[in-house]
Amino acid sequence: MSDVSSASLRRPSMAKACWQLFLAESKLLIRRPMDVFNPLLFGFLVTLMFPLGLGPDPATLAKLAPGLVWIIALLSCLLATDQLFREDFDDGSLALWLLSPQPMYFLVMTRVFVHWLASGFIITLVSPILAIMLNIPMQAIPALFLSILIGSVSLIFIGAIGAALTVGLKNSSILLTLIILPLYVPVLIFGAAGVQAATMDMAAGSYLAILAAFMFLAVSLAPLAIYGGLKINLDAG
Amino acid sequence: MKSLVQFFFKLGSPNWFYKVSSYLVPVFALLSIGLMSWGLVAGLLYAPMDFKQGNSYRIIYIHVPSSFIALSCYYMMALLAAVYLIWRTKMAAIVLRSCAVIGAAMTFIALVTGAIWGKPTWGTWWVWDARVTSMLVLFFIYMGIFALSKAYEREELGSKAAAILALVGTVNIPIIYWSVDWWFALHQGATLKLTEKSAMDSAMLFPLLVMIAATYCLYVLLILLHSRAEIIRSEQRKQWVKDLVK
Repeated sequence: MSDVSSASLRRPSMAKACWQLFLAESKLLIRRPMDVFNPLLFGFLVTLMFPLGLGPDPATLAKLAPGLVWIIALLSCLLATDQLFREDFDDGSLALWLLSPQPMYFLVMTRVFVHWLASGFIITLVSPILAIMLNIPMQAIPALFLSILIGSVSLIFIGAIGAALTVGLKNSSILLTLIILPLYVPVLIFGAAGVQAATMDMAAGSYLAILAAFMFLAVSLAPLAIYGGLKINLDAG
Repeated sequence: MKSLVQFFFKLGSPNWFYKVSSYLVPVFALLSIGLMSWGLVAGLLYAPMDFKQGNSYRIIYIHVPSSFIALSCYYMMALLAAVYLIWRTKMAAIVLRSCAVIGAAMTFIALVTGAIWGKPTWGTWWVWDARVTSMLVLFFIYMGIFALSKAYEREELGSKAAAILALVGTVNIPIIYWSVDWWFALHQGATLKLTEKSAMDSAMLFPLLVMIAATYCLYVLLILLHSRAEIIRSEQRKQWVKDLVK
């Protein structure tokens, strides 16, 4: 009996466990920077494709830019999320998470948050550059930056649901796109509309508030679905 | 009360569901054939012509019922998903997969009939109207759930994944509908709007109600038939199925 109780005393607190997970995952990302750069390169490449397809006329590009930059950010987030849990699933780390005394809800939340820092946040940082390349009016840049900053959190957390549900499958990227893109509709609508409003010198605050509401909904509820998806695949393994 | 609980408990067993449904199939087959022939004849031949749209409005006798079911099928699927994830009832998973297929088919019919109606009325096959767009998103959600349920080699895993995705969709669908409505209000152009629909004449409305009832019966019939086929497929190694085939 005494052994059991001392073992439970030595159990690290939940906050400490999440912090350690945060540090470990961040270290892994710093040691493999290409994982962070690939979605960025993808974003720049797609930005190159639009003028080639639509023509280089600055006025046309400026008109379409809010929607285009948002779609680029959305696809980059989606692509970056495909492999989110794959490696941890294959090497058994996820099974250990499940066995650990810490609540999966917070472990999952921490893991996805680190992933957002490495993908959504980085994409947010370069989005003004992409927007300027597409000739967006300068007054829309702050709204664009903020809307992608807030919106990408929802995008990554919703995308992680798809990544968790397909983690045990071999060719999952098309399937992930098919199940996740319809769920991105509200975020895209309000993100692009907010930037559009800012290009016309209108206030974008209400759009950002709705995006923030989506963000809180996604951050609080998505970990439940992610946990469910991971558990299915772990039980199968 | 106890017998009611027992009834639902038994309904969870594929064997029992198969037996009970074999009595229900002919009932719903007769009901849907009867009501549908009545509704179609009344709607296509006897209902008066619309003074604005002429005969082209008659497609609502297929379009409206299928749109109804396209939406209500999702609620049923979400309910089954919750039942399956909580109680692990095998039958709930089988009917859930049937719902995804039939729901996708109904949404597709609603979209196609809408496009056919749009050509003479709006002058174009496709308009990015709020309801059309929401329906299209709903179609993709159904297809995503169906594709996910088929992606796993082990059927049980596919059903669980599909059930979770269906519940995620339940949270999302009202938000999607609301944002698409809002998006349409923001971008709405001056074109392509029918003048306000006057209250429907009862001579037109009655066949529509009959068709809605008929399509609901058809929907139940299709769910039963699809589920029965799925039961036979997934239980093919069980003794009772072997006895049945003999």
